[in-house]
Amino acid sequence: MNRIRAIEQQQLREGLPEFSVGDTVKVMYKVVEGGRERVQPFQGVVIKRHGAGARETFTVRKISFAVGVERTFPVHSPKIVEIDVITRGKVRRAKLYYLRDKIGKAARIKEKRA
Amino acid sequence: MRRGRTQDRTSVKVNGMGKAILGRKLGMTQVWSDDDKLIPVTVIEAGPCVVSQVRTIERDGYRAIQLAYGDIKESKVNKPMKGHFDKARVEPKRYVREVPVDEGEEYKLGQEVTVAIFEPGAEVHVTGTSKGKGFQGVMKRHNYRGGPGGHGSHFHREPGSIGQASTPSRVFKGLKLPGRMGGDTVTVRNLEVVRVDAEQNLLLVKGAVPGGKDGLLTIRTA
Repeated sequence: MNRIRAIEQQQLREGLPEFSVGDTVKVMYKVVEGGRERVQPFQGVVIKRHGAGARETFTVRKISFAVGVERTFPVHSPKIVEIDVITRGKVRRAKLYYLRDKIGKAARIKEKRA
Repeated sequence: MRRGRTQDRTSVKVNGMGKAILGRKLGMTQVWSDDDKLIPVTVIEAGPCVVSQVRTIERDGYRAIQLAYGDIKESKVNKPMKGHFDKARVEPKRYVREVPVDEGEEYKLGQEVTVAIFEPGAEVHVTGTSKGKGFQGVMKRHNYRGGPGGHGSHFHREPGSIGQASTPSRVFKGLKLPGRMGGDTVTVRNLEVVRVDAEQNLLLVKGAVPGGKDGLLTIRTA
């Protein structure tokens, strides 16, 4: 097990901001389109963090043209250029699946006061 | 001449000719490729093995080498095996497996085989013993379709008819029925070698391989 952990340790990225479930983040993600590479932003609420170590992922939910869109990123993906934490949310759940059934005002998250 | 199989079996290229090594499955994880894709990999601790016997056409009628792998306590080695290892002048090892080798490949008795024989990007066949599944029904064991779940059907996971009364009035041999599943020798073919760590004797192979952790594996070039 330790030797697998050692392999995973090499994959970990440094310098990523700390963020947790409920935060609104902007993920700058590299996409390749027809041989050209560009950075695509994806902004929304983090509704889940899953796994640990190099295998950890997080899911960001946003409403795009009145349709809910969720996207899961590996935390340590080299394709993530940057993660901007826009607001810190105050939530009482580890997984915010209930947001899927809420629309508009009801889907807001309280902001954490420093 | 016998009917049926007319193919000359000796002309068929035996799988696994080429390089081979014995190893132990450590588990699975994932790594990033050079083009930033996530690859699922199995981590295998392979070798170092020693050649404990060389089979030659002159003496044995076929070409192969016997690889020995794994540490073992001196007191656990029985006398016949000790004699076998002494004859080859190698340290006693826990596992001994024979692998066929190509013509022109020369192996010497006592020669060490390490993961360095593999290169990233090469394809390998991995042989191991699958996990035991216990006594299983025909749906899981033989992929039978089973019956409908509801609508008054009382036929759910059964194998169905296994034969007729007057002809043949017996059950054919080899009919697929419930029984012990798993624990078979399984080979997964054409797995890509993702990374080779000669220092730690680690081999990272794309995808899953048979068996549980610590299971003995034979890895050979495809």
